[in-house]
Amino acid sequence: MAGFQREMLRFAVLQLRDQASAEDAVQEAMLAALQGADRFAERAKLKTWVFSILRNKIVDIIRRRVREPSYQAPETEIDDADFDPLFSANGHWHSDSRPADWGDPEKSFENQRFWAIFDGCLNRLPAATARVFMMREMLGLETDEICTELAMSSNNCWVVLHRARMGLRMCLDQQWFNAGEQTR
Amino acid sequence: MMNCRKPSKLMSEEMDHDLSGGRRWSLRLHLLICLGCRNYRRQLSFLRQACRHEVAVDDTPPPAPPPN
Repeated sequence: MAGFQREMLRFAVLQLRDQASAEDAVQEAMLAALQGADRFAERAKLKTWVFSILRNKIVDIIRRRVREPSYQAPETEIDDADFDPLFSANGHWHSDSRPADWGDPEKSFENQRFWAIFDGCLNRLPAATARVFMMREMLGLETDEICTELAMSSNNCWVVLHRARMGLRMCLDQQWFNAGEQTR
Repeated sequence: MMNCRKPSKLMSEEMDHDLSGGRRWSLRLHLLICLGCRNYRRQLSFLRQACRHEVAVDDTPPPAPPPN
């Protein structure tokens, strides 16, 4: 199980943006998992299970943070006008911002540098926006569950997810797929 | 005819819930004629794949969690 520890920590740090709470969450998840680890002969199943425990721990921490006075609502972080430069006045993609073919992007999964850039792009998203996105895509929650946890309307949730995806794809496009990085 | 701005939002929404008939059809029509938006759509599903790549998120329910 120690083999997963680094991946678990990356997962938790990305979502919590705080090394200390991430380390606590990983440690608690590992301890909880140890109690049942011998039931899993297959490494892959054990990993799925350990991550599911870690996901629950992360959701608990997020739940507590939402109640803190410093909590910022994600829908206020990005303005749709921030994306104006991508589109022409009639709403079509500008020729230089029109999404291009990324080829066979899954090949990048094998490349360590890709993951560093991917994490960097997630970290560049505003914190609360990134949180909603990661609750959806990394914790695998449905939007209804996210809405309930964060006390948002479904519509606001979709708007925030849209902005997060827009920002993340733009960052990856600039930093990786169009940077000539992946062929170096 | 839709421009690209609205479809970019619909393509994101489509990853989170089923679109109503009218919105689904207008998106389909737009995608037929717009290469940029077709690329955008593939890129969104790549983002999802990347997020789930390393963390073993799958659809099978995990075994019962241990008592806390």
